[in-house]
Amino acid sequence: MDLTVLLVKGGIILAIFGISLLIATYSTYAERKVAAFLQDRLGPNRAGPWGLLQPIADAGKLFFKEDFIPSQASKSLFILGPCLAMLTALMSSAVIPFGDSIRFVWDKVNYEVNVQGIEINIGVLYIFGVVSLGVYGVMVGGWASNNKFSLLGAIRAASQNISYEIALGLSLIAILMMSGSLSLRAIIDEQASFFEWNIFTQPLGFVIFLTCSFAECNRTPFDLPECETELVGGYHTEYSSMKLGLYLFSEYINMFVSSAFVSALYFGGFHYPFINEVNAALEKSMGAIAGHNVATVIGIAVFFSKIFFFIFFFMWVRWTLPRFRYDQLMNLGWKTFIPLAILNVVITGAGLLYNFKYATWLIAIVMIVLAVMSTARAPKREAIPQRTV
Amino acid sequence: MTEIITFFKGLTGTGYLFLILTALTLFSAIGVVTARNPIYSVLALIATFFCLSGHYILLNAQFLAAVNIIVYAGAIMVLFLFTIMFLNLRKDDEESKTNLTKMASVIVGGLLMVMLITIFRAKSAQVPTVSSTTPFNSKTGLVETLGNLLYSDYILPFELASVLFLIAMVGAVMLGKRETGDRHF
Repeated sequence: MDLTVLLVKGGIILAIFGISLLIATYSTYAERKVAAFLQDRLGPNRAGPWGLLQPIADAGKLFFKEDFIPSQASKSLFILGPCLAMLTALMSSAVIPFGDSIRFVWDKVNYEVNVQGIEINIGVLYIFGVVSLGVYGVMVGGWASNNKFSLLGAIRAASQNISYEIALGLSLIAILMMSGSLSLRAIIDEQASFFEWNIFTQPLGFVIFLTCSFAECNRTPFDLPECETELVGGYHTEYSSMKLGLYLFSEYINMFVSSAFVSALYFGGFHYPFINEVNAALEKSMGAIAGHNVATVIGIAVFFSKIFFFIFFFMWVRWTLPRFRYDQLMNLGWKTFIPLAILNVVITGAGLLYNFKYATWLIAIVMIVLAVMSTARAPKREAIPQRTV
Repeated sequence: MTEIITFFKGLTGTGYLFLILTALTLFSAIGVVTARNPIYSVLALIATFFCLSGHYILLNAQFLAAVNIIVYAGAIMVLFLFTIMFLNLRKDDEESKTNLTKMASVIVGGLLMVMLITIFRAKSAQVPTVSSTTPFNSKTGLVETLGNLLYSDYILPFELASVLFLIAMVGAVMLGKRETGDRHF
């Protein structure tokens, strides 16, 4: 690793950092616009054209509000809470491969640099570790507030995260078995052709993973830690000013990272149909270096469009589904997802043994048949007599 | 003094990293025992685990480092914090701070230290240096090597450990199970 590669790498890392902050900023705007669209309203439209400056106005408002620390709170931990939440949210984007690689010539030496923070061969484990640390920000902040509602919110967050982490990890194991590597780049390269995207080989794993990532991000329908009908505001009841802003902001960064992770693991990352033909044509017409770079840029654009779709999906679900009850949340995690994920691992293993990649569709088909049968067998509800006016 | 300076001059980048990490580890480990508030104690313990993971990475054991963070810092310490948050910290628990317990802990700690020193002084336990006969293998700590080793040479202990975990899990479920007619809340 010499200085040139280090500089390019540093540029890429800074770009990833900046882009995740920018996307998180505009996710707050997009959230309000999507909410407005789904509820047939206009949404923010006063600050700037189409309300585009709204996030900046919000940030300005948050910075200039009174920064209040409760007198009985543990002061250092009260400040540490939002810092931890932000830190763990920003750490996880380091290993996501956003694109293939950039080629360039410097001093007559050919270089090839991956569009990725760091390439480590335990990428999935790294993300898993960072995700499991994410709960500390919420717990420390909730406890330090010295407020019963905050504490309850923090405890809910901890138990929810631990419960759903297990199912999340188990659904990932099936993918690791198929690709035989813990490196995210290797997993993406495994899905080079369209019908080998993991969404087609692991449909059940995808559903489990997506639902668990909703729970890990504390997003509706699993936003029990900040359930306002029961807990006032949950773990950030006592927070104000930019500390509250950091908590809210870290949720959007988490959403961006989970979307990136879902699209990398199940939707082929920066691959798209006919990528090989496009790359070959580009390299033929523009030369090996420029053509490759243009192909990489197209790949990055494709990856980001997948990410944006999943961010939209997160918002769509938020404004469509009501919040779960706490016992429903725990039952779903422990009694439905964990057994299903283990079954998924077993069936995937059997499929790999007989060289049949699409074995997990079996579970999906059986589940659909069972669901149809149970609705057909369910006793018909008696028609409620209509009151005549 | 000059010896110390030459020692620091002779260090490589990894050596400096090791020293910094060690200082941090010791600092946070001392914080675990000296903190008055159990919450600070747990947070210091998490920091210690982080520094230990750094040491694992320096020893080229990436997998162990990641698993250490996921299992210890990510899962077990969350449960610790979870439990401690329920404690009433306003009331000072004087019962556990009698002279007898202090003496007992000093004796146990001293014995442990003597034992560790004896072990490290014994010739057989000395860490082999780089210049020893076994060649350095950069892939030793990686997942593939570890997996191959666990599933070939150490298959019996590995499977026995997993059975042990299963038993512990079933036991926990048995203990936590709600009996008929018994409601917790």
